[in-house]
Amino acid sequence: MALSRLSSRSNGIARPFSAAFNRFISTDTTPITIETSLPFTAHLCDPPSRSVESSSQELLDFFRTMALMRRMEIAADSLYKAKLIRGFCHLYDGQEAVAIGMEAAITKKDAIITAYRDHCIFLGRGGSLHEVFSELMGRQAGCSKGKGGSMHFYKKDSSFYGGHGIVGAQVPLGCGIAFAQKYNKEEAVTFALYGDGAANQGQLFEALNISALWDLPAILVCENNHYGMGTAEWRAAKSPSYYKRGDYVPGLKVDGMDAFAVKQACKFAKDHALEKGPIILEMDTYRYHGHSMSDPGSTYRTRDEISGVRQERDPIERIKKLVLSHDLATEKELKDMEKEIRKEVDDAIAKAKDCPMPEPSELFTNVYVKGFGTESFGPDRKEVKAALP
Amino acid sequence: MSSIIHGAGAATALSTFNPVDSKKLTNLSVRSQRYIVAGSEASKKKSFGSALTVRHSQKLIPNAVATKEADTSTSTGHELLLFEALQEGLEEEMDRDANVCVMGEDVGHYGGSYKVTKGLADKFGDLRVLDTPICENAFTGMAIGAAMTGLRPVIEGMNMGFLLLAFNQISNNCGMLHYTSGGQFTIPVVIRGPGGVGRQLGAEHSQRLESYFQSIPGIQMVACSTPYNAKGLMKAAIRSENPVILFEHVLLYNLKEKIPDEDYICNLEEAEMVRPGEHITILTYSRMRYHVMQAAKTLVNKGYDPEVIDIRSLKPFDLHTIGNSVKKTHRVLIVEECMRTGGIGASLTAAINENFHDYLDAPVMCLSSQDVPTPYAGTLEEWTVVQPAQIVTAVEQLCQ
Repeated sequence: MALSRLSSRSNGIARPFSAAFNRFISTDTTPITIETSLPFTAHLCDPPSRSVESSSQELLDFFRTMALMRRMEIAADSLYKAKLIRGFCHLYDGQEAVAIGMEAAITKKDAIITAYRDHCIFLGRGGSLHEVFSELMGRQAGCSKGKGGSMHFYKKDSSFYGGHGIVGAQVPLGCGIAFAQKYNKEEAVTFALYGDGAANQGQLFEALNISALWDLPAILVCENNHYGMGTAEWRAAKSPSYYKRGDYVPGLKVDGMDAFAVKQACKFAKDHALEKGPIILEMDTYRYHGHSMSDPGSTYRTRDEISGVRQERDPIERIKKLVLSHDLATEKELKDMEKEIRKEVDDAIAKAKDCPMPEPSELFTNVYVKGFGTESFGPDRKEVKAALP
Repeated sequence: MSSIIHGAGAATALSTFNPVDSKKLTNLSVRSQRYIVAGSEASKKKSFGSALTVRHSQKLIPNAVATKEADTSTSTGHELLLFEALQEGLEEEMDRDANVCVMGEDVGHYGGSYKVTKGLADKFGDLRVLDTPICENAFTGMAIGAAMTGLRPVIEGMNMGFLLLAFNQISNNCGMLHYTSGGQFTIPVVIRGPGGVGRQLGAEHSQRLESYFQSIPGIQMVACSTPYNAKGLMKAAIRSENPVILFEHVLLYNLKEKIPDEDYICNLEEAEMVRPGEHITILTYSRMRYHVMQAAKTLVNKGYDPEVIDIRSLKPFDLHTIGNSVKKTHRVLIVEECMRTGGIGASLTAAINENFHDYLDAPVMCLSSQDVPTPYAGTLEEWTVVQPAQIVTAVEQLCQ
């Protein structure tokens, strides 16, 4: 890929001093311009430029966070096989660039809502590893107190609205959040993520219609990993150009394995949504694992395809190459970083394993909010308790 | 004092309705100060009045019964129809809290298909009274999403039956989000709309859907039956932090009643004592209340003394009021418009049998509407729902 440098970096001196530290150029915000791997394809709008402004700090942050996400998902894989995580576990490895690029383009006031493949987005929104692993293992310290599970991660203070099991339903919710943002004049946008499978749900088009009518700051992001569980996109959709499916709503197709392309597209989309209303982004991405842990992922696609994508388009490899070619770190330093990340994840898992399960009384909490001070335990309460405010 | 006046026959619309004879309600004066149903001991009831503290700055008038107060002057209060009472409640809440908005089909410029939102769009603007396209699934989802951020939308289903299209949103998102997020998000929506068997509207527009929603954990269901409790329940539902489904009835929109001028709300979880009695407890809600009261007139002439309770709260049941009544009369008849199979009456029968079995002298009898799609022909439609004559027969049978 073509690389161009805006300014020459004058701090080649800095490197040897900080070899003892991992973050030796963490304070360097020298701008770097990076070209995206592919041009954007646009529908009813002008595509943004291929040159993305970044900095060395951002580059290393990207690498670190994506490596953390990757390691977290692989650790979840082992935990699932050890039967510590039960039920459904949908892993995001391969798609990290979407989460990272989106976070880099927006603030915590902008809302994100997604379906069940939410572990990494939760992490990107500021969630901690401890909360993730506790929730996955159903412990008290989990982000939803152990009552949600893998598919129900939420973080209200960073405007992360989950975490939904029934795909498609989160898109009207997302448009509703965008409506509330417009109602309260917040100058923020909502990213409603869905997959290529859920893109065929009718409620998406209903919600898009309303969003376009009312000029809501809603951005619909299709994370197209080309397979809806076991069904390839060409078998499920007559028109697999998901970015064009908005018809009257503009769209943009983005290489979802390139974190900088994602960042550029999200920034563009945010500006568009605040001014002109909804827009659709299609992220061309790929998942290495199967649909969930019970799916080997090889019955509907070949192993060659998976390893091919991993070799040519892996998002972390791409960032690694950029880091190395810009001399931001050496191979060894990156390897040390990965080792440190591994340790961090292992520590979080150990800490989560020590966490207790929820108390039995938690079965009945949070079914209702305490309205006028009454508790209820089902339709035939044996005893009505009233606590006056 | 005036007694209950009803139009002749169940098929005519009830246009005038006078409140219950207050002479018969002297034993309820103790309850007039009670705001929330207390614990199971009767002694707790009397001490409640002094312990009342009000959450909001306005004075809340806790009065569960539509009655003329004997001590206050009866010249205060204004007369209006049920749909106007709903509109008044909605308007007052929208004035009070800028986060309340209304979403539904034709609620704005058209004024609402049953005129409940008439005039609101002119007063509050297009951003607070929102005309949606026909997409129940999407706009219910949008209201729920907006509620997650703190808005308080009131979703109108033009007919409750249309909300079946939004069942996924109501069940999975509305009911469950508070739980699955570990308490992070609250969903203070109100879902309201007319339902029930109307005047030959056809099968799809005459659905009785309370039974479909009753198993959803996390929601509350209430049914209004008089202008007084319609306004009170509407306001309470909007102020509640839980999602509330408010069931209205197509045939009750033109009921007229005098309601207080002051701000008041009705407790969402409380049942209403319509007519106290000694021989049998009749539990009912919504439109069937009027059939029951009509049958009560016949029963009184025949020498029976039925106690009629409008349960109002369909989920959760007010087992305190119901239980006290069962302990007094030992016989229960449930009269409802819901379907027989898996309906509200079925759940209530189970609840009463489980909790108050020792107090029953006869099996609980439940009269529900037939398990058929509502036919169009007038005579057939009449026989789909419970008629006063059937209620009289059932009471006679139970009280043998």
